[in-house]
Amino acid sequence: MLEHLEELYKTALDELCKIENLADLELWRVRYLGKKSALIQLLRSLKTLPLDERREAGAQANKIKLSFEAELSEKKKILDEFSLTACLKRENLDVTLPGRQVFTGRLHPITQAINEICAIFNGMGFQIFEGPDVEWDYYNFEALNIPEGHPARDMFDTLWIDADRGSKARLLRTHTSPVQIRLMEQKRPPLRVVIPGRVYRYEATDATHESMFCQVEGLVVDKGITMADLKGTLFECARSLFGSERKVRFRCDYFPFVEPGVEVAIECLSCHGAGCHVCGFSGWIEVLGAGMVHPDVLKRVDIDPAVYTGFAFGMGVERIPMLRYGINDIRLFYGNDMRFLQQF
Amino acid sequence: MKVSLKWLRDYVDINLSPQEIAEKLTMAGIEVANIQASSSWDKVVVGEVVAVEPHPNADRLRLATVDVGAERIMVVCGASNISPGQKVPFAQAGAELFDGHTGEIICLKPTKIRGVSSTGMVCSERELGISDNYEGIMILPHDAPVGMSFGEYMGDTFFELEVTPNRSDCLSVIGIAREIAALTGQSLQLPNTAYQETGEEIKSFISVEIADSELCPRYCAGLISGVTVGASPLWLQQRLSNYGMRSINNVVDVTNYVMLEYGQPLHAFDYEKIAGRKIIVRRAFENERLNTLDGEQRVLNPDVLVIADTEKATAIAGIMGGAESEMTENTSVILIESANFDYVTVRRGSDALHLQSEASIRFSKGLSHRLPLPALKRAMSLLLEVAGGQAAGDIVDVYPAREEEKPIALTCGEVKRLSSLEMNIGEISKVLDLLGFACCQSKDPQEALVSVPYWRNDIHLPADLVEEVVRIVGYDRIPCTSLSAALPVYDAAAGLNLSQQRAANILAGMGFQEVLTYSLISLDLLQKVSPVQDLIGPMPLKLANPMTQEQEYLRTTLRPGVLSALARNQKLNEETLRLFETGKVFLPDDGGDLPREKRMLCAALCGTRTKASWHDRGEQQLDFFDAKGIVEAVLRRLSLQGEFKISDDPSLTPGNGAEIIIDGKKLGVVGELHPRVARSFALSGTVYLFEMDLDEISFFVAGEKKFQPVSKFPGAVRDIAVVVEEAVPYGEVKKYIEACSMVTQVELFDLYTGEQIPRGKKSFAVRVFYQSPDHTLTDEEVDKEQQKIMARLSQKLDVALRS
Repeated sequence: MLEHLEELYKTALDELCKIENLADLELWRVRYLGKKSALIQLLRSLKTLPLDERREAGAQANKIKLSFEAELSEKKKILDEFSLTACLKRENLDVTLPGRQVFTGRLHPITQAINEICAIFNGMGFQIFEGPDVEWDYYNFEALNIPEGHPARDMFDTLWIDADRGSKARLLRTHTSPVQIRLMEQKRPPLRVVIPGRVYRYEATDATHESMFCQVEGLVVDKGITMADLKGTLFECARSLFGSERKVRFRCDYFPFVEPGVEVAIECLSCHGAGCHVCGFSGWIEVLGAGMVHPDVLKRVDIDPAVYTGFAFGMGVERIPMLRYGINDIRLFYGNDMRFLQQF
Repeated sequence: MKVSLKWLRDYVDINLSPQEIAEKLTMAGIEVANIQASSSWDKVVVGEVVAVEPHPNADRLRLATVDVGAERIMVVCGASNISPGQKVPFAQAGAELFDGHTGEIICLKPTKIRGVSSTGMVCSERELGISDNYEGIMILPHDAPVGMSFGEYMGDTFFELEVTPNRSDCLSVIGIAREIAALTGQSLQLPNTAYQETGEEIKSFISVEIADSELCPRYCAGLISGVTVGASPLWLQQRLSNYGMRSINNVVDVTNYVMLEYGQPLHAFDYEKIAGRKIIVRRAFENERLNTLDGEQRVLNPDVLVIADTEKATAIAGIMGGAESEMTENTSVILIESANFDYVTVRRGSDALHLQSEASIRFSKGLSHRLPLPALKRAMSLLLEVAGGQAAGDIVDVYPAREEEKPIALTCGEVKRLSSLEMNIGEISKVLDLLGFACCQSKDPQEALVSVPYWRNDIHLPADLVEEVVRIVGYDRIPCTSLSAALPVYDAAAGLNLSQQRAANILAGMGFQEVLTYSLISLDLLQKVSPVQDLIGPMPLKLANPMTQEQEYLRTTLRPGVLSALARNQKLNEETLRLFETGKVFLPDDGGDLPREKRMLCAALCGTRTKASWHDRGEQQLDFFDAKGIVEAVLRRLSLQGEFKISDDPSLTPGNGAEIIIDGKKLGVVGELHPRVARSFALSGTVYLFEMDLDEISFFVAGEKKFQPVSKFPGAVRDIAVVVEEAVPYGEVKKYIEACSMVTQVELFDLYTGEQIPRGKKSFAVRVFYQSPDHTLTDEEVDKEQQKIMARLSQKLDVALRS
């Protein structure tokens, strides 16, 4: 009996050595460890043996069984590894072949710029507000200290819906500033908003002029707001948009609805301040008009200028991608050529 | 506005470079757009003609000997006005000059003219590029230093300034000089305007009546008799010519000169031509005619203000003088007008008559009421100097708008409150003094009472003074701080239209390119979205002053813009396109109120389902269900449930379009673009379009959203096939299946018509998912539910369950 086991053991291990795939291994397992295998049969028949024989044979058979199981698991590991390696040895793909195409859509560069500007101001606690494109003369001009015949009306070539209806004339807003008035009529300070939107001008179109463009207006009104807040806020905005190394200049300028008035310019992106045709050889590019809200504007919306101060600003949106990407023709934005739009 | 550096130096010492001056002015609010240096005139010097002799071989030429300091040079000269003792610009060999005939730049070379060698040239203004005058040589004043380079003697630098509309005082040389003085901490030297009044009282010559005092706040006039009208001195001519003004005669030139210098337009009348010895400032009569100085006959109306005598209009106030009262060589008594006219009236008059002058440009900016008097005095004194005569005693000053000038109280606190700068009253007063404001100490040591100088009409409030102080000390002195005040209450309802931003992001994520098209559009384009070329919406709002027909109306739909963009890109050989726009449409209000501005989304797609590539030849054409699938995906992303119903939208092919309905409300359409519409936009292939009302959608999106618990219990899946009449829409079948509360999802996986089922019927194969939130469903439960569903279907729709 014991010799028989000895032989079984040898034959089995010899066979195991020659096995090269998992299917044969499974056959081997069935043959030597399966229910009907000699070893298992033997183990089952142990109880029919005499006690002394039973002990020795039992110990031997169990030892062989454990050894078979260990060998099987080892062999399985080797074969697994082997088959994975074989699998990985397939031919290389031509990875330079194009992938399956997915349609890619993008937001318009102007929408992207508006979103970016709004996000910058959102981060500084500004909320977003909007107003109508078609406005009354009152909101677009009169309430902003630009009565009829005022020389500052020359700054805005207007597209009118009605002629000769005074403050009740309808027009296409020439700036987003009328929304300041609408907002202050509805809400009391503290106010901290940005107002994006389209504006319109009676203007012949060329590479730098469009009859329709976008602006983002900003308004802050509260107690204790100063020009230092204006500078800090707009400096942060310019820095976020154009990089923190970019120089920012604040100079005096005039807008009828602010006092003092401010113009914000950045160092020219193209010549870095040396002067070139992009900046009109000044080294600076105007990006924002701003100022402290005029006391008369506050009074008109029943906010006491002796108690509250505020600042307002307005910036052209097209300017920003134009400067950033060196776009030399504003008309490209509303021409909607995919070859242009899909660059951003 | 252009200003000469040399002229500025008459009033203020300038030790800074033109670039530094420009920088200071720009930062303080007067933007210098450009600095222009005149030519340097290399190799041209001031010479003195010491002898003139005839040319031996030519009658018309002469030989001039010119002393240029270091030497005497003899040259051939053709000018008839040359004579010994004159100071002249003399060009030596190598100088670059303009050819007197062709205007081209030539380099002067030594030459022989009719046998006499000539190594230089006495120049005309044209040859030097100073003016177009080439009749004779240019003659310089007697005090011109011989041998000095001409560039040094004549050269100048010009600043091109962008004066903002509030600073009419800076439309003058003195105005700019005053800014420079304040910015460099110096005082200003103004011209001496004192003069002797040796004639009779002006009252005995003239009276002035302002008929409409609203339109003429002030009228001043002076009178000089015995003037000699003639040529102006060279310096005067030169300064005017630098400003592109032609020299007319000494009297007119002085009025122009003082206008440039002080910013106050003046007008000189030939006193003898004023009928009735009376000036009347009044509105023109209807159809009143006047010949203006430019030789045109003007037809006036009562909106135009005129200066008249007792018989007729003699000038258009603030715009242009009349030809009849014009100065002539024989004029001996002149009346100088220095007045203020309502800027709106001048502006409107100038627009209506299409007539702009240096005077009207200045008046329409709004000039100070206090400016006419100092300017008149300056003009009188200068006229007496260059044209002689006797000034009448006193002047006329009719000043209906005279107001008491109240000083403005400015506190250190106010300066700080607006600018954040801590300045004491002494510092503040010092800055304001530099600008000509007079500051008086008030009882409060923290306050100054500030009187506004006569040239400033833009300063009314403490805030205006704060700007003056801060712009002179420099905006750079203000620190940058971040907002420290309390955050406003958050208002979720305000804010960018939420669904607009979200829909745009969703569509871009699904491969749609956003386009932006003009709000203004042509009527023609609006009509093109209808197959019968008619408006599909209301009559759009029209502009009163459109620039072009292409941009005459406010769009009432986004369709034409999006379809035009699609067509444009199809022409660029893009066959497969997906694009969209979100934006406002403008629906007019019949009562003349502002239009309703509604936010819409419009998208269009055309071409194939995939792009042709080596994987796939991209031959599958899009169909209605591609477009609908996108709409469904957008709605799903917005957590909205849409229903679809056949649509009769005129832009869509009949039977191939659907209304998008949410909560029973029509919020948009989706479908195939009507082929006739496609053709009118020159679109090729089948185009699909969808449109949604974002304002309405926002209303649904804005609602609160609650989380739905996910069931822990396994569900069951059953497939059923239902055979219905061909006319029964799938939506009906789905509705009845979904009505069962255990059903969580219904998916159509096959639609069949053919031999297996009776004629006129169709079969839907539907996969139904059942699940309960609180227990594992048993087969019996699901079977029971399914039977209920089938019973309901057969009852409502007469269906048969297919085996």
